[in-house]
Amino acid sequence: MSHSVNELVGRNADYAAGFVTHTEAETLAPGLDESVVRFISAKKNEPAWLTQWRLQSFEYWQSMQAPKWAHVQFPPLKFDDISYYSAPKSQADGPKSLDEVDPELLRTYEKLGIPLHEQEALAGVVNAKPNVAIDVVFDSVSITTTFKAKLAEAGVIFCPISEAVHSHGDLIKRYLGSVVPQRDNFYAALNSAVFSDGSFVYIPKGVRCPMELSTYFRINERNTGQFERTLIIADEGSHVSYLEGCTAPMRDENQLHAAVVELIAMDDAEIKYSTVQNWYPGDVNGKGGIYNFVTKRGICKHRAKISWTQVETGSAITWKYPSVVLRGDDSVGEFYSVALTNNLQQADTGTKMIHLGKNTKSTIISKGISTGRSQNTYRGLVRMSPTATNARNFTQCDSLLIGDSCGAHTFPYIENGNSTSIVEHEASTSKVSDDQLFACQQRGIDPEKAVSMIVNGFCKDVFRELPMEFAVEAGKLLEVSLEGAVG
Amino acid sequence: MTLLEVKDLSVSVADNAILKGLNLVVNPGEVHAIMGPNGSGKSTLANVLAGKPDYQVTSGSIWLNDSNIEDLEPHERAHAGIFLAFQYPVEVPGVSNMEFLKASLDCLAKARDEPQPNAGAFLKRVRKIAQTLDLNPEFLKRGVNEGFSGGEKKRNEILQLLLLEPQLAVLDETDSGLDIDALQVVAQGVNSYRNENNGVVLITHYQRLLEYIVPDYVHVLADGKIVQSGDKGLAQELEKKGYAWLT
Repeated sequence: MSHSVNELVGRNADYAAGFVTHTEAETLAPGLDESVVRFISAKKNEPAWLTQWRLQSFEYWQSMQAPKWAHVQFPPLKFDDISYYSAPKSQADGPKSLDEVDPELLRTYEKLGIPLHEQEALAGVVNAKPNVAIDVVFDSVSITTTFKAKLAEAGVIFCPISEAVHSHGDLIKRYLGSVVPQRDNFYAALNSAVFSDGSFVYIPKGVRCPMELSTYFRINERNTGQFERTLIIADEGSHVSYLEGCTAPMRDENQLHAAVVELIAMDDAEIKYSTVQNWYPGDVNGKGGIYNFVTKRGICKHRAKISWTQVETGSAITWKYPSVVLRGDDSVGEFYSVALTNNLQQADTGTKMIHLGKNTKSTIISKGISTGRSQNTYRGLVRMSPTATNARNFTQCDSLLIGDSCGAHTFPYIENGNSTSIVEHEASTSKVSDDQLFACQQRGIDPEKAVSMIVNGFCKDVFRELPMEFAVEAGKLLEVSLEGAVG
Repeated sequence: MTLLEVKDLSVSVADNAILKGLNLVVNPGEVHAIMGPNGSGKSTLANVLAGKPDYQVTSGSIWLNDSNIEDLEPHERAHAGIFLAFQYPVEVPGVSNMEFLKASLDCLAKARDEPQPNAGAFLKRVRKIAQTLDLNPEFLKRGVNEGFSGGEKKRNEILQLLLLEPQLAVLDETDSGLDIDALQVVAQGVNSYRNENNGVVLITHYQRLLEYIVPDYVHVLADGKIVQSGDKGLAQELEKKGYAWLT
């Protein structure tokens, strides 16, 4: 008759984005060797330097080992079973204007609630985010980018990275791999060899980007990997807020998403990067789902600020540590994270704050929520180098458990190399208790709503950091992701 | 029509029999005080009326407005009109009091097919009630019971009672841990709630509260049963003689 928290966990959730788009695709046969790297580079008509760069990355990758230190378990990936390139045939000639985009693809985004028609977006129809320009990446290619003209007026460049290689080759050549080097880690090396598409952003000196920028990643084709590459450069004194979202169909096989994101904040610039990650998490028994193995890092010059906010609800496995290298004096790094795992999901996520400059500051707020039989790990490094005099860090790391079959783990690493910096670490672990649930129910609130309210309260400090339009969305997403947990 | 009827109710918690054939009838407009020594089953009665999990009804039945409610979940009982003021109110960190109260009212309205309260009117009403209970309006922005003092927690329960206007209020030792001023504020709150259509089951250890909330009936609960019933005079007698002569 009554629910205890335990009875509520582990039911199956609806994954609304789990449908498949039926469109003819050009998909490369599974397997990875030099010819695949060359194929991708040729497909994108890349200059010779980039082909070489990819080949060199591939060479590095071959000599590297997949990292084993994360608190996640999965059978070794078979990299020869993955296809490294897939594009809808209708998009064979690259990004087009919206009138030319395959209607089947447009319907896909309509179903996902992503407004691609600028007029509609402006008029506030179809879940419109009124002031958001979107780059849309479908499997290995970018489909379209909205509001390009309006952004160009402000001097802002926002386009697929495959296009930027041609239109802004000098910037790409200079900055690609400058924050995340080719052999930074196993998955970053793989990405550097076979990256397909992603977004490129450049904000000129002193410009405050007039609208939110956003990229929406969609994996559609079976047995493909998605290797997103994003590069954002905020020139001196500029400001930009960027958001990425991701979904994929429900499939029984695991699929790999190995992204690299590089941020460069020049003197006095500010980059706010938000992620709402809703890759397919697999079913209630842990079958299927995306392996989300991602390297994200930003570098701050003098007085610059980089702020990462992430809401991670999807993926079978998440391995992700958005980091900030605080090179410039007085620069600021922030990491706000909500990671929710349900059923058999595993997440090992956190951040690295590398303090090099004087008076640098960093803040880490991490909220992990585990339910079902999932495992949720926070892993974070705060490094105060000898040069980082008077640097400060504050870390707060809270875990919330729902039910008694899940796990929450915290691995904080603190390295303090000088005597003037201050590092604070606070941590807590709590449970949604039967008493809390009963207290809410006693006031007429049904158990589903009660748990989602309790979890939302727990995440408040992080949701506050999201751009307005997305904060509401994140709350709803959390509710949907919890549906599995609370019936 | 009776408001609440408890018939021959036996309840176990983790296979320990706590209530052993309890009978109680509350008519609209009545206040019933339940007194009794520690461990007699007073809080069990409160929790079982509200449908708390882990309280197993082994025999007997509970009726609200002539409908059987044992199979209803806690929130459904709340929708039906039962309110429990908790002895130990729980914290819900990060969820503001205001947010919680709104969610509660909205859910109750939805369950009863009534329109959801208008946000402005709601705000005004909550503030007004808070004032009558000597609660600073700032307190409404804080997390539910988060860092509240014992007295604030109890006053918060009464605020919810006055806002939600349930048909049956079960107050589980609402007077415990209150100083005399707070006790009077709480008692005034309960008295202002009382009307001819609703009923109160007042669980308390001490006669003191009954000087401020005057009951129509006083029952003595001992070893899972009501062993003596009377009017407010019984409470005064208990104050003098203790419980031993009844058990």
